[in-house]
Amino acid sequence: MLEIKNVQKSFDDLKVLDGIDLTVEKKDVICILGPSGSGKTTLLRCMNYLTKADAGEMIFDGESFDMNHISKNDIARIRRKTAFVFQNYNLFRNKTALENVTEGLIIARKMPKKEAEEIGMKALTKVGMADRFNYYPHQLSGGQQQRVGIARAIATDPEVILFDEPTSALDPELIGEVLSVIKELAKDGMTMVIVTHEMNFARNVSTKVIFMDRGKIVEEGNPDDFFTSPKNERTQQFLNSFKNRMEG
Amino acid sequence: MNERLMDILISSFGEIFMQGIKITIPLTIISFTLGLILALFTAIVQVANIRILKSLARFYVWIIRGTPLIVQLFVIFYGLPSLGIILDAFPAAILVFSINTGAYASETIRAAIESVPKGQLEAGYCVGMSYVQTMRRIILPQALKTAFPPLSNSLIGLVKDTSLAASITITEMFQVSQRIAARTYETFALYCEVALIYLIFCTVLTKLQTICEKKLQIE
Repeated sequence: MLEIKNVQKSFDDLKVLDGIDLTVEKKDVICILGPSGSGKTTLLRCMNYLTKADAGEMIFDGESFDMNHISKNDIARIRRKTAFVFQNYNLFRNKTALENVTEGLIIARKMPKKEAEEIGMKALTKVGMADRFNYYPHQLSGGQQQRVGIARAIATDPEVILFDEPTSALDPELIGEVLSVIKELAKDGMTMVIVTHEMNFARNVSTKVIFMDRGKIVEEGNPDDFFTSPKNERTQQFLNSFKNRMEG
Repeated sequence: MNERLMDILISSFGEIFMQGIKITIPLTIISFTLGLILALFTAIVQVANIRILKSLARFYVWIIRGTPLIVQLFVIFYGLPSLGIILDAFPAAILVFSINTGAYASETIRAAIESVPKGQLEAGYCVGMSYVQTMRRIILPQALKTAFPPLSNSLIGLVKDTSLAASITITEMFQVSQRIAARTYETFALYCEVALIYLIFCTVLTKLQTICEKKLQIE
């Protein structure tokens, strides 16, 4: 469904993405793991053109795009088929929970307000936030804001949702509620690409795990193989550091 | 205080105050409204990085902020006629005050827009909205809330600055008080009186500002 090939990106002299290839099939849940600064977030942002790659090819629903030379129109079309969930939620601060979800439907997709609100309430129900539809972001906890962020993403009926560390800004006790919403979506067969540091979650929810280091994909595979018998030395180090931390 | 002075103060109070209602207030409101529109435009072309317009905006702000308001009034009202452009005093004052307010307020609005986190724009893009749509629906409403207190400050400043219009023959409050002072020789009392009337106008505006800010907070 969605394929990217040989994606390159540098910030000044720093090579952040160094020839990334990635294929996303329908109903895939791909978790991208890796140390800080390995380029995970940049990769995700390039897939949605929030950051423009220096080079690379994207094939989306059979149509090919040059990731560096792409028209505004094509970017808008791709964005309409994708959704993005941010690390720090980025809810519209001047809009209520429901308005956050309906804004894109009403303004960008010209949907009648009533229809949009029905879809919006359905999405909020899905993430367990229907009773707070009238709250502004600053009246909600981080976990609640992120759930609204997810409702905003699913409301537009995207082909794929991109999650950029959706729980990294949350207090530990709030992480669970967000992860269980994402698990729910996985069960429904939603296609997702998730950058995360939650190892157990990645193991349980993903259909494929990708490990990135210094701008490259150094290992990928199904979650069981990946977590029980990683082949790459960097992956082993990385997973060990998590194990050690868990054992304290 | 003697009886004559009391009579002068009482009769002049009404006269000066009425001139405030007739001249100072309209001059302030019209100039400020036009100035805000100009400021919004000037701020947006800079934030949106529209090449030629951005340079033009910077140039405009540079000139206006770098020269005294009273000199700007003189250039437009006394200077332009020698180039064959003659403006009446009131339109000339409106022109100068709007342009002046526009320059200062544009910097306020620009800073307020830049204070809105970049993620708000990105979130707009991600739900399919364009730059203009996100600007209008998400960024500007947030920015204007931030800009409200400093803009109220500019408005209060403008009320007092309109006294400079006296220098280009407009009979606003200050000029009326000058005339009465010249006629009665009660300079100290008259100038204190006109100061008090400016203070009354500004106090009303300050109260209004507080009420509006509270409303904005609740939203």
